[in-house]
Amino acid sequence: METKQDIINRLRKEILAKQGFKPDLASTSHIKGLSEIEAAFPNGVFPTGMIHEMLFHEGEEAAACSGFLGALLSSLTVPESIILWISVGRNLFPPSIKIFGIEPHQIVFVDATQEKQVLWALEEGLKCQGITAVVAELRELSFSQSKRLQLAIEESHVTGFVLRTDATKLSTTTCVSRWQISALPSETNDGMPGVGFPKWNVELLRVRNGQPGKWEVGWHGNQFQIAQEEAKKAINYEKLGRLRA
Amino acid sequence: MSLWFPMLKTDWKTIRQPELAKVPFVFSTSEKNRLIISACNSVARSSGLHIGMRLADAKAILPDLCVQQDSEDRELKLLKAIGEWCIRYTPLVSLDLPDGLIFDCTGCTHLWGGEENYIREIKTRFKSKGYTVRAAIADTIGTAWAMARFSKNTVIEANSQKLAMSNLPPSALRLDDVTLEKLRKLGFRTIHSFSAIPNSNLRRRFGDLLLLRLMQAYGEIEENFRPLDVPEPYQERLAALEPIRTRVGIEIAIRELLNMMCNRLVGEGKGIRNALLKTFRIDGKQQAVDIGTNQATCNVDHLFKLFEQKIETIRPALGIELFVLEVTLIGEADTSQKSLWTGKTGLADNGVLELLDKLAGKIGSKAIKRYLPQERYWPERSIKQTNDLKEIPQTYWSTDALRPTQLLSKPEVILVTAPIPDYPPMNFRYKDDLHIVKRADGPERIEREWWLDKGEHRDYYIVEDQHGKRYWLYRSGHYGADQTQWFLHGFFA
Repeated sequence: METKQDIINRLRKEILAKQGFKPDLASTSHIKGLSEIEAAFPNGVFPTGMIHEMLFHEGEEAAACSGFLGALLSSLTVPESIILWISVGRNLFPPSIKIFGIEPHQIVFVDATQEKQVLWALEEGLKCQGITAVVAELRELSFSQSKRLQLAIEESHVTGFVLRTDATKLSTTTCVSRWQISALPSETNDGMPGVGFPKWNVELLRVRNGQPGKWEVGWHGNQFQIAQEEAKKAINYEKLGRLRA
Repeated sequence: MSLWFPMLKTDWKTIRQPELAKVPFVFSTSEKNRLIISACNSVARSSGLHIGMRLADAKAILPDLCVQQDSEDRELKLLKAIGEWCIRYTPLVSLDLPDGLIFDCTGCTHLWGGEENYIREIKTRFKSKGYTVRAAIADTIGTAWAMARFSKNTVIEANSQKLAMSNLPPSALRLDDVTLEKLRKLGFRTIHSFSAIPNSNLRRRFGDLLLLRLMQAYGEIEENFRPLDVPEPYQERLAALEPIRTRVGIEIAIRELLNMMCNRLVGEGKGIRNALLKTFRIDGKQQAVDIGTNQATCNVDHLFKLFEQKIETIRPALGIELFVLEVTLIGEADTSQKSLWTGKTGLADNGVLELLDKLAGKIGSKAIKRYLPQERYWPERSIKQTNDLKEIPQTYWSTDALRPTQLLSKPEVILVTAPIPDYPPMNFRYKDDLHIVKRADGPERIEREWWLDKGEHRDYYIVEDQHGKRYWLYRSGHYGADQTQWFLHGFFA
């Protein structure tokens, strides 16, 4: 006999499936050390085959964002996969990505001259199944444009990252999440002097069907590490969310 | 067929200056510090002047001689222009420096009603323009050359080179002066007189060249023929019954041409890398669009998509009457089992390559970049851009020293307070904000590659400010030196 809760859970899963979130059968966690953040997403899995939005300020903030993104991408890729990076006026320095676990030659850069070309290339890239992820630096993305992109990935299941360079032009989009990453003072082992492992303040501003949250995430050589007390807070936050639901 | 212009340069000048036709006229060139005649017209010739004569001697014979300075590659330019014009008689024209052209007229003569008519037509054409020309047709280049210059026979029957050549002097064999002199001394006045001597004796006395020329003239050895304008081996033509003016029409034509071309290429196991579509309009104008792919392909749909992006640039105006598709670069294509293609990942996947072709077609192939590591310390040179999608790194991506995620293309000048030499700065000003340095690493000294550019070395520091943001700063040159300047070069994640 199914209880009411079971029925609700089952229906909820069906709805999620219809919205494009597939229950992942192989593993519950994709990304090493990031399970707390993954729990914020529906089914508790970082959604691939979706478009994520990241706020990408010029200069200092851009570095933190591209670092976190690089680390995120490294856990999604295998050695042969290809990432497309589309932008106008790019500053990303390819060799630096290596410490986040991606071979820089896996990235194919498309240096467009106009914003329009970026959008076009992004859509074409998202349609292509052989590509693992497409990253595009965009100033603006309207709702209808994001809908087009969504239609493109529904066939191909490519993961898209749209880096929004202009935070003042934010509007509703079909993207599954919106991230904001800012730098935090670095961590060293045992209070050693010098600059240590990079650490970021990772904010999930919005998650479709999930729980937004805020974490302090460090990158320790080959995996993420979420600061402990913050992690606890996040779990509580999630529990609260569940009760509310 | 061999074409000989005995007075090429003077004829050319006379056409431009008709008054020179009646006066003795020569071109002169300097050789070994003296002026000699390099070309002379018929009036000068009849007075006893000849090529190679000293200009001073010629002036003694004809005091009112008209002399013009010769330029070095004039005959090459002239012959090239004439040769290109001659494409109307045969597609295969080759230069025969210094004063002739060679045609491969196989299969062309019947269009003019036989070989005699063919020669007559060419001769009258050149005559009407003002060029003196002699021509002869034979089976081999050597015989035709000799006949054009030394005989009145213009058409040599097939397989009768030996007979035709027999009464000609040895100089009809395109030999060097030394060999000709030897032959003359020994009394060989005609080819017939020595052609019966065994080859080994001829070779011993006169060298290989004589034998080679003989055999080439007789057709026993193949002689190379280098056409002026090499026709593209992979070319398809589509003539339109009515001039085409619409986009749909152009699309149909492109598809048709691609189908024809790809059918042929698939059979040969080849594919298109670069292709050129030429459109010929009825007003005589010609337009061309080109496409390129990253991997040889015979996929009509894909190739069509690449052309489709460029159809807009074709202006049909009054209409296009002929489409020509040329494959300018061809590659070995893997035409096996299309269904397996989609299984591969990354750059092995055809879908990815097709996508990149498409992006390159729209945004430009320069916009697509990939980077490989280079074993160099100078940050800007530590990476190498490559256009080849298949190229794999020859060395490892170094992680010994940290590099910033964002690197400014041009380092920005900053103001710093640095306490003591070789210590990182205490604070710095960047874009009007004061950053107080909390943690720092360094210095990492990077020397300039002095064989490439001059300037100071850089001492790099990784610093973290009060907000936890990480920067890459460097000091140019030594501490305390007059021109010491601090720069901000990048941001760390």
